[in-house]
Amino acid sequence: MVSAHRVLIAKPGLDGHDRGAKVIVRALRDAGFEVLYTGIRQTPEMIARTALQEDVEAVGLSLLSGAHMTLCPKVVDLLKKEGLGSMLVFGGGIIPDEDVPALKKKGVSGVFGPGTPTEEIVNFLREHLDAPKAAKKPARARGAKR
Amino acid sequence: MRRGEPAAAARALSVVTEERPGHEELSRLLFSDHGRSHTVGLCGSPGSGKSSLINRLVAHFRKRGETVGVLAVDPTSAFTGGAFLGDRLRIQEHALDKGVFMRSLATRGMMGGLNSTIFAAIHVLEAYGVQRLIVETVGTGQDEVDVAEVVDTVVCVTAPYQGDEFQAMKAGTMEIGDVFAVNKADLPEVERTVAALKDALSLAPRKGGGWAPRVTPVSALSSKGVTELGNDIVEHHAHLEASGELRERRRRQLRRELSLVISRRLYRDALERVTEGHIDLLSANKADPQTLGGKLLAGKNRK
Repeated sequence: MVSAHRVLIAKPGLDGHDRGAKVIVRALRDAGFEVLYTGIRQTPEMIARTALQEDVEAVGLSLLSGAHMTLCPKVVDLLKKEGLGSMLVFGGGIIPDEDVPALKKKGVSGVFGPGTPTEEIVNFLREHLDAPKAAKKPARARGAKR
Repeated sequence: MRRGEPAAAARALSVVTEERPGHEELSRLLFSDHGRSHTVGLCGSPGSGKSSLINRLVAHFRKRGETVGVLAVDPTSAFTGGAFLGDRLRIQEHALDKGVFMRSLATRGMMGGLNSTIFAAIHVLEAYGVQRLIVETVGTGQDEVDVAEVVDTVVCVTAPYQGDEFQAMKAGTMEIGDVFAVNKADLPEVERTVAALKDALSLAPRKGGGWAPRVTPVSALSSKGVTELGNDIVEHHAHLEASGELRERRRRQLRRELSLVISRRLYRDALERVTEGHIDLLSANKADPQTLGGKLLAGKNRK
């Protein structure tokens, strides 16, 4: 039996709007993931420590505050410090298109703006997480095609 | 992990709870630390405030200088296999405290409010070295008595407006509580609820070792009563040790753990032998489930 993938959804920073985060939590749950949610107003340190204790495979960051260029790379760095450098990090919320390349460069593998169909996020996670759980080789082959 | 490395404990928990390759060997190695922690189980209906109370209890035990582990179980969807593990977000204020280790678990098909790998998970945190280990069951309500064979001290969480004196007379969780926490004590009906519980418990036989269950009003919202509830739990532990009841309970836990391992293995092996061909036999009336089930189970013995 293959266990469900564990994913952490987190709200770094000070904005208190988590409708989007809740929609993602619900969509992932219904797609067969085990989903954790930190609640609002988390520091990057709290998020990294939670990812460590819960041994999740991916961390999704939801920000509507405009602080994504500061907070997202901070979370990525702290995950590395905790020995979780291979963690899949993705993000969403109000993130201008021109910031996306810089975020990706800093280790945020996927950025999903408002209106993204939830299936797109589910597929993104499956693509990245299913492969390492099975064999390593097909994962690389699939990655090369994209 | 025995050096207190949280990353190691986190990985070990994944290995045993997901039954990854090597989990049996790991469980075998960790078993020598069994019984090191005082295990406290919280049960109660959904929304009674178990997670929020745990948040307060963690703070209470930390103030006493103890290290604390939390294992919180939430339901897996029977339809999608997914789960929303939502206990953690009530306890996040302890996220940076190195003396606290929390892990969320999904039920993954186990009835009775607990995950079948719960004992293995408990042994991981015992080896990691937590002194108090709090286990939160899924809020299944009236009949969730399994926890009594898993932990040393059972705390039943209830709240005002969750039933009158007749509810308190029913069998089920009312029979397993060592401590009853009447949460949401900031609500006006709290005294009536406390009185109804005390009344029902006064007619119940004494528990093992002569312990009379406590009923304590508490508010996870304001923190009022948390010290008293924490003291109830600590005193119950002392009572278990002094009366010899702890040894009895530990034996009961071991018996349960052994039977869970046996049934899990039998179940898994027998289920793996089930094919579409067997279902064909049943639907064509060429076999019946009792006989076929018996044969599939016995198949193991012939191998």
